[in-house]
Amino acid sequence: MALSKEQIAQRIAKEVKDGYYVNLGIGIPTLVANFVQEDIDVDFQSENGVLGMGPFPFEGEEDPDLINAGKQTITTLPGASFFDSAMSFSMIRGQHVDLTILGAMEVSQNGDIANWKIPGKMVKGMGGAMDLVASAENIIVAMMHTNRAGESKLLKECSLPLTGVKCVKKIVSNLAVIEIVDNSFKLLERAPGVSIDEIREATEGNLIVDGDIPEMVF
Amino acid sequence: MINKTVSGVQEACKGIKDGMTFMLGGFGLSGIPENSIAELVRLNVKDVTCVSNNAGVDDFGLGQLLQKKQIKKMISSYVGENAEFERQMLSGELEVELIPQGTLAQRCQAAQSGIPAFYTPAGYGTEVAEGKESRDFHGKMHILEKAFEADFAFVKAWKGDAAGNLVFKGSARNFNPNMCGAAKITVAEVEELLPVGVLDPNHIHIPGIFVQRIFQGEKYEKRIEQLTVRKRS
Repeated sequence: MALSKEQIAQRIAKEVKDGYYVNLGIGIPTLVANFVQEDIDVDFQSENGVLGMGPFPFEGEEDPDLINAGKQTITTLPGASFFDSAMSFSMIRGQHVDLTILGAMEVSQNGDIANWKIPGKMVKGMGGAMDLVASAENIIVAMMHTNRAGESKLLKECSLPLTGVKCVKKIVSNLAVIEIVDNSFKLLERAPGVSIDEIREATEGNLIVDGDIPEMVF
Repeated sequence: MINKTVSGVQEACKGIKDGMTFMLGGFGLSGIPENSIAELVRLNVKDVTCVSNNAGVDDFGLGQLLQKKQIKKMISSYVGENAEFERQMLSGELEVELIPQGTLAQRCQAAQSGIPAFYTPAGYGTEVAEGKESRDFHGKMHILEKAFEADFAFVKAWKGDAAGNLVFKGSARNFNPNMCGAAKITVAEVEELLPVGVLDPNHIHIPGIFVQRIFQGEKYEKRIEQLTVRKRS
């Protein structure tokens, strides 16, 4: 069965390693924080100027001066720090952040990503996504494999305006874990009960299937 | 000590004219210069260009200026929460330049620092790069971005003193420090204006040299955009 949004986040959480500084995008990526192993040390960076983000506050303890990049009220953990936006992006562009997890509308087989604009329909802006994808060494995309009409979002070429070029290394979708290599989507893992054929059907770009493809384990 | 104190928001906004370019601090509704925005609404200044990460919500923050059609152009990175903004943009009434958030911050920082332009990898290969110079550094492509040129910067701090020194709180800091000294005149509004000598020089985030006018805001609503809480177990 295809993964739920929580399961996508749960699978991505396995990529978060001890000692990582991690930036989480809005949507599914935000959920990743809930599934990170408790025995490792990880710091979450929020590009509006927080390092060491904690969980949501208890009711009545929310502070309008303490939000994340999704404008949600948050808390900080011991050792946290605040800083201005220019310094925040020094952390990002300067590659001090180890892992970036963000959502996408489309990804192409060469690693291009589109996630900020649908011409004529939706223009919310790129926020920090362009800075993040242009500089991060390690980018994981959390996304649905197909759109509501069932059309593939893993394409030969993106059709929407790009956020960044040749930058995505790994995708965790509701159907599969995929690595981008040799201008192709290389299938690494399948969602439990999802066949290779189903994944192939849902992938417009070039899909590499090499040997046995294990199912994800939760 | 050079005294930067003005009597209030009206004196702080002296010299504001139609067609000017303003920088406004804040991320979402957190750390926005509420009192200065209210005064801009009252002055009904028209055809202004606003540099601000976001555009407020329909009835608060910069949304109030949008409702009155005072804004000619917005330069922002994310404008998702404002229906009136989206309507004006899609109908062509409002000119919008969307730019990467780090580029926005750095264009403020560059203006503050006297750096006319800088190279960044953000936006290379996208429509953001159209018409801009690009150049390879260490095998990676970058685009040339320019410092902003603005008439007024409106920032909001937690505490300040008569010398214009500022201290920010939490994530309400965001773009505010980067906009200080990045325009011809920087207006700082604070929740608490203290006599000089009270703030520890070790703890000052922005030295008063970057601020021309400072006043204590009359009141702060500090609206929360996305209230998210957890239950006590």
